[in-house]
Amino acid sequence: MTEDEIMALARRALFEVAPDLEGESINPDESLRDQFEIDSMDLLNFFIKLHDGTGVDIPEKDYAQLATMSGVVAYLKSRLGAH
Amino acid sequence: MIAFRMPSLGADMENGKLIEWLKEPGDDIKRGDILAVVETVKGAIEIESFDEGVLEKHVATLGQSIPVGETLALIRGIGENSEEVDAGFRAESVSGDGAPKATPAARKRAHEASLDLAGITPGTDGVIGLEQVNAAISTMSEKPDADKTGATTKTKTVKPGLDLTVMRKSIGAAMARSKRDIPHYYVSSPIDCMALTDWLERENEKRSVAERILYAAPLIKAAALALLKTPNLNGFYTDEDFHSASGIHIGVATSLRGGGLIAPALHDADKLSVDNIMTHLRDLVGRVRTGRLRASEMSDPTVTISILGEDTADAVAPVIYPPQVAIIGCGSISKRPWVIDGDIKIRDIITVTVAGDHRVSDGRAAAQFLRHLSNAVQQPEEL
Repeated sequence: MTEDEIMALARRALFEVAPDLEGESINPDESLRDQFEIDSMDLLNFFIKLHDGTGVDIPEKDYAQLATMSGVVAYLKSRLGAH
Repeated sequence: MIAFRMPSLGADMENGKLIEWLKEPGDDIKRGDILAVVETVKGAIEIESFDEGVLEKHVATLGQSIPVGETLALIRGIGENSEEVDAGFRAESVSGDGAPKATPAARKRAHEASLDLAGITPGTDGVIGLEQVNAAISTMSEKPDADKTGATTKTKTVKPGLDLTVMRKSIGAAMARSKRDIPHYYVSSPIDCMALTDWLERENEKRSVAERILYAAPLIKAAALALLKTPNLNGFYTDEDFHSASGIHIGVATSLRGGGLIAPALHDADKLSVDNIMTHLRDLVGRVRTGRLRASEMSDPTVTISILGEDTADAVAPVIYPPQVAIIGCGSISKRPWVIDGDIKIRDIITVTVAGDHRVSDGRAAAQFLRHLSNAVQQPEEL
């Protein structure tokens, strides 16, 4: 998957979890929690969708690396590349 | 004939707007079936039937704002005779006064897609069906990047049908009433919850991401078990008297983006496993986000819990939601120095605050609750 494809997938996952955000522009470097009042449940559902879309298992200890959209893309890219 | 009425969906509701029928005259109605969808300041709420029979007729008109207690429809009970048997399908979901005619399925689909029926051209029979709605939806999705091209002005995204200003007013009214009528007391304790967080970490390590548990789930279970032992925190104060509730239905305060709060009930939390609570919680939060809660979830929490969540604040002193008699506020978990057997250790600490109604209980009940909660949290595998 290219970086753009991962970003598109992550955006789609976020909007599915929080349909009221559909169409919002996302600042890739600001934490999703701060930017959109995403709570723990939203975040968990977001990670589930990322897992479903990429097959990457995301252990709980790695959650901190996925706080921002650019973090999500970097993390998934490196995990996908490592396969 | 049984009257199917507009239910009260909480202390802050006076009326609701009927936006959709999900059952037509002639349809069989079972207990728990969803008959109608009502729009309130808390979003679209599905209204279920507590009776069985056959839907005789719709009484209220779509689009009307209807006071709590008013009849929405009539249900012919089992064994009752029909006044006028009319079992065949009529496009009756249709209101008289200018609102577009549409089938219930089309109405539902349009509602889900946030489409206004008024903007859809009906089929040749003058009724909007699924075909027309689907066509309108696909035209809509063919121009998805309107925002980027600047073709449309961007508005703040808020759930359809949810007016946050109105919601703020109704929360204000309910809370003012609570503070005026309920003599609140507050009792609070920091609780060492390291046993719980350690257990969760071990559990979640074994689980795939979809099966993981948030600490809210075991915490709710622990609170439910503690409430079993402190029944005068669980129930309603109505007609100048306390009525202890038979079940423990915990309203879980869920904040909405942009402001506002909904606390739908997690039913019989004391009887559910932690995994079950997590599943229900996920479902509830999902439906809070999409605006599809059920009337029973809105109307019957017997107590409320507010869990602030990670990285928020240490403690909350919440306001009771009438006619309930207690509310439990949990701050975020953080690492703190803690004395164990004369030594200072770093432990995970959560501060839990109980607001209780002095007409019903004293601080002692809340202190007992906190002790039971703390004990339950020390043995998370038993929850």
